[in-house]
Amino acid sequence: MEHPDRPALSIDDLTVAYQEKPAIWDIDLDVPEGVLMAIVGPNGAGKSTLIKAALNLIPRAAGSVSFSGLPYERARSLVAYVPQRGSVDWDFPTSVLDVVTMGLYGKLGWFRRPGPSERELALGALEQVGLADFAERQISQLSGGQQQRTFLARALVQDAQIYFMDEPFAAVDAVTENAIVNILRQLNQRGKTVLVVHHDLQTVAEYFDWVTLLNVEVIAAGPTSEVFTLENLQKTYGGRVSYLHGGQLMTASAP
Amino acid sequence: MAGRAFPGEDRRVWLIIAAIVLGGALVIPLSQALFGLRFTYTVRVVALGGAILGVLSGALGCFAVLRRESLVGDALSHAALPGVAIAFLLAGRELSPLLIGAGVASWLGLRFVAALLTTTRIKQDTALGIVLASWFAAGIALLAYIQSIPDASQAGLDHFIFGQAAAIIESDVRLVSAVGAVVLLALALFWKEFKLVTFDAEFAGANGFRVGLINALLSTLVVVTIVLGLQLAGVILMVGMLIAPGVAARQWTQKLDQMVILAAVFGAFSGGLGAVISALDSDIPTGPMIIVVAFALVLMSLFLAPGRGLLWSRLRGRANRRRFAARNTLRDLYRYALAHGAAESPVPDAFIRGVGDRSAELGLSQLRGDGHVRLGADGWQLSQSGIDLARRDGRNQALWNVYRLHAHELNLPIVAEERYVDIASRLPAAAIAELERRLPGSAGG
Repeated sequence: MEHPDRPALSIDDLTVAYQEKPAIWDIDLDVPEGVLMAIVGPNGAGKSTLIKAALNLIPRAAGSVSFSGLPYERARSLVAYVPQRGSVDWDFPTSVLDVVTMGLYGKLGWFRRPGPSERELALGALEQVGLADFAERQISQLSGGQQQRTFLARALVQDAQIYFMDEPFAAVDAVTENAIVNILRQLNQRGKTVLVVHHDLQTVAEYFDWVTLLNVEVIAAGPTSEVFTLENLQKTYGGRVSYLHGGQLMTASAP
Repeated sequence: MAGRAFPGEDRRVWLIIAAIVLGGALVIPLSQALFGLRFTYTVRVVALGGAILGVLSGALGCFAVLRRESLVGDALSHAALPGVAIAFLLAGRELSPLLIGAGVASWLGLRFVAALLTTTRIKQDTALGIVLASWFAAGIALLAYIQSIPDASQAGLDHFIFGQAAAIIESDVRLVSAVGAVVLLALALFWKEFKLVTFDAEFAGANGFRVGLINALLSTLVVVTIVLGLQLAGVILMVGMLIAPGVAARQWTQKLDQMVILAAVFGAFSGGLGAVISALDSDIPTGPMIIVVAFALVLMSLFLAPGRGLLWSRLRGRANRRRFAARNTLRDLYRYALAHGAAESPVPDAFIRGVGDRSAELGLSQLRGDGHVRLGADGWQLSQSGIDLARRDGRNQALWNVYRLHAHELNLPIVAEERYVDIASRLPAAAIAELERRLPGSAGG
């Protein structure tokens, strides 16, 4: 895989603090273009915080972020975001198609309303995630996995260069997991950069070619084959770590 | 529930709107006939004012409900009272300065809540309680002081506590209409933004929307609506006028635009009717009358609305129990029969009732009615149609199992696993053939 000189995402000295304690501290991270990257770390490691701070959703205490060399303000159209699905009220009175169309609101800008062409784009995105039959359904009728795919479709419709996904695999069914993996691979083949907050160590090596191990600080970042080692995992999680790799149980304990 | 949900729902919403409008129009001749109410100029002004305020508070109230900010609305309206009193002391009894005073006091209350939240560890509900109580207390104290001033005793400012429609005059209605038109225009212009920020503020932020600005604009519209409605509904009950139409409307529709329109119509009906009732006698305060009408609509909606209503969910629960009882009983019968020889083997009555208890009763009666099963001397025996049905169901479940296992590697289209639905209606024939080849026991697998 080719990685051009200018990284798709470049983070320098990023620190975010809630109250006094830093949630993430002095993050330096360059993500090359076209990688499929997992952000892995224990609970409270600041994985979501890292994404939100990169997207200017929460104030930074220090540091800077650039997207393909551009500051966030000028790179908005390059970036798509898939929040955790628990972050919204799924009883909101709206349809699946409508939620997906929201992905296009940013491009429409103030005052303009979505029309037939936006509808076509949204239907196309729903087709990709296997929810074409659900376009007119009310969102409260969706299962968790379908909710997740709706959110994914909303990001796909933005046709961005960099995708940020916060725990898309959390508590979803097998069909949804497969659908998401397919989408990730398609995005990867089209040269997009994808960052995924991920919890399942089992599947990191299978799904992702790049990985960042995070525990408040960046422990290691790079190609999965080099970085995703027991030693690094132990530095990230501390204590005892075990996971299945190639059908084999890998375990490491603190010395 | 497959495919399109709630067909005909759009039509229903328009029917309700038409019914309410018609009902509102009928109020005039009916109340003339029944109560001998004369539609004098005053009563017409009052009804019109009530209806216009109802439209505004209904429409904006939807957002308060959806954003879970009903309590914010309550605190805001209570917090307006000291502003009314101070404005009276400064500028006298003209509606516009009183409303400006009310708006300023509300806004200060809101800022104070925000300040409490950012600088202390006080939680939002507590902060709202603090502002509600202290601002309202200050307002009551100021009103008492105003009452004690000799030449101000006629001011009738205490109408702001419970609302008094009779105090509304034509120039008030003109003011309310003009400001209200601006509010509704703003709502229409920023519709997309309000919807996005209400549903998913984080996503809006990540897409470059100025979430803080949009929120502030929406809050301002709500404050303006509350302030306009104070004279009619009063500071104590204004929150009811704000949220009741939205709550009722939510029951009938699954679309935000329909919800807002329906809430506006409900609001107009309650506002207009409540104002007319209170105009019957100057001792009847308007706020409570409006709320009585509005919450009658809420109760009716909570109970009757298809889909979300209590009556509806009861009926649906019963229908589901029946549907699944037949299916499950058929499955139990078939399994037992197979395990005891052949599909035609009789199943003892005691067994099947023991397995499914009450639902077996329900299931058996349905299966019997459809001719899928009959009661012989040795027990229940499946008929040919019953056996066919059970086999089809079993095969359908097996195919769904294969789909779950192999959909990914076979690159089949991704569909929702609705296992009670015939899989052939969800997947193309080629995909079904692929799945069949992998059925356990088939030659190809």
